[in-house]
Amino acid sequence: MTSTTETVDKVISGDVRAVARVIRDIDDGIPEVRDVLKALYPHTGRAYVIGVTGAPGVGKSTLVDQMIAHLRAKDKSLGILAVDPTSPFSGGAILGDRVRMQRHSMDEGVYIRSMATRGHFGGLTQSTRSAIDVLDAMGKDIIIVETVGVGQDEVDVVRSAHTTVICVIPGMGDDIQAIKAGILEVGDIFLINKADREGSDKTMSDLRLMIDMDQKKHEGGTWRPPILKAQAVFDQGVAELLDEIDKHAEYLVSVYGNLRFRSRKDKVREELSEMVKNRLIEAVMAGITGSGEFEDTVEAIVRGELDPYTASDNLILPKLALNDTG
Amino acid sequence: MERNRRIRVMVAKPGLDGHDRGARIIARAFRDAGFEVVYSGLHQTPEEIVHAAIQEDVDMIGLSSLAGAHLYLFPAVVDSLKENDAGDIQVIGGGIIPEEDIPKLKAAGIREIFTPGSTLEDIVEWVRGNVNPKTS
Repeated sequence: MTSTTETVDKVISGDVRAVARVIRDIDDGIPEVRDVLKALYPHTGRAYVIGVTGAPGVGKSTLVDQMIAHLRAKDKSLGILAVDPTSPFSGGAILGDRVRMQRHSMDEGVYIRSMATRGHFGGLTQSTRSAIDVLDAMGKDIIIVETVGVGQDEVDVVRSAHTTVICVIPGMGDDIQAIKAGILEVGDIFLINKADREGSDKTMSDLRLMIDMDQKKHEGGTWRPPILKAQAVFDQGVAELLDEIDKHAEYLVSVYGNLRFRSRKDKVREELSEMVKNRLIEAVMAGITGSGEFEDTVEAIVRGELDPYTASDNLILPKLALNDTG
Repeated sequence: MERNRRIRVMVAKPGLDGHDRGARIIARAFRDAGFEVVYSGLHQTPEEIVHAAIQEDVDMIGLSSLAGAHLYLFPAVVDSLKENDAGDIQVIGGGIIPEEDIPKLKAAGIREIFTPGSTLEDIVEWVRGNVNPKTS
């Protein structure tokens, strides 16, 4: 058992083993890691965070791999968090994003970490944010978070990014699909990967239309999300993407005066309410699902003696003093 | 936070060996057993595997070799782990490995070797019985 101070010092000095272990503890929900995160907090808020999201198979990992190569050429130190889904059946996961980035595995300036979604209550957002903090505290200039953009959790994750890149490919269903996914609001830059495929012009014009219609909601500012075409596997369009990310960073500075999310009330409010919500849910759920009463109730429903609506009332109401509409 | 230690392993293909069907099947079996499995991809040097394993903080590395270089590659992974102060990460191996090589590999620090005929259940059970998720 290493002491908190020791761990914190190691993380700040960039010790990879210490960083890896802290992220593991975050993932595994080890309570003691909170002390580490508290001590690391003053050392965070410096890194530029880029979110890359999109459906499975659009080429996110390949894109991130090329981004790493470009950013390393500019001597930026990088932290990569690649989030892959946990199997809802076994709780296991295959984390394969590294495969596309393996040429960077010996580069000391790049730390790549795979994380599984695990499926705990909103925990993905929390644990990814905490992992971002750890990479930030270890001194990474830029942190790239790659998620499969299919659920609310993933969308929430990219909200903690300075710049969010939404990756699409031509011909993935009509424009309605993109609206359904609710991803337009969070995208700062759209990238049509595999742009040599048929339909990329149509995808471009569909996106343009939707984004412009959506413009009013977008941060209330004047940023018009650019749409780029790329073929990440051939390193085409990647330099342009990074230029746009730079422009977006300049835009953020022009609007907010700096890049420090933590000096912004809206961001702090969002982060804090998220954290409070998660801890409340965890605390209350642990008391309910851990009790024998919960299992008895399950059995009562299975036997047909009880309906789940009444059962949940019985479990919750005494604990929370909520009324029926609560 | 809900405390939930999970076994985290890396499945890796060292060296010039393009046959990863076995490694992928093992990776799936591990996933189905509830482990988190980091897959390294093909053609990794022992050092690359070790670097990735440290970044990922895995409990165990499963090496797959069907190309005959296991006597060099498997011990090289174990040695590199030790050099990088990561000797606590266990190493197992599998693939086309002659019976007579197994004692040599075990002497070099590979904890267990699984050859054709081993069932997925055997391998998963071995991991469950011998690999504990890390604690700080």
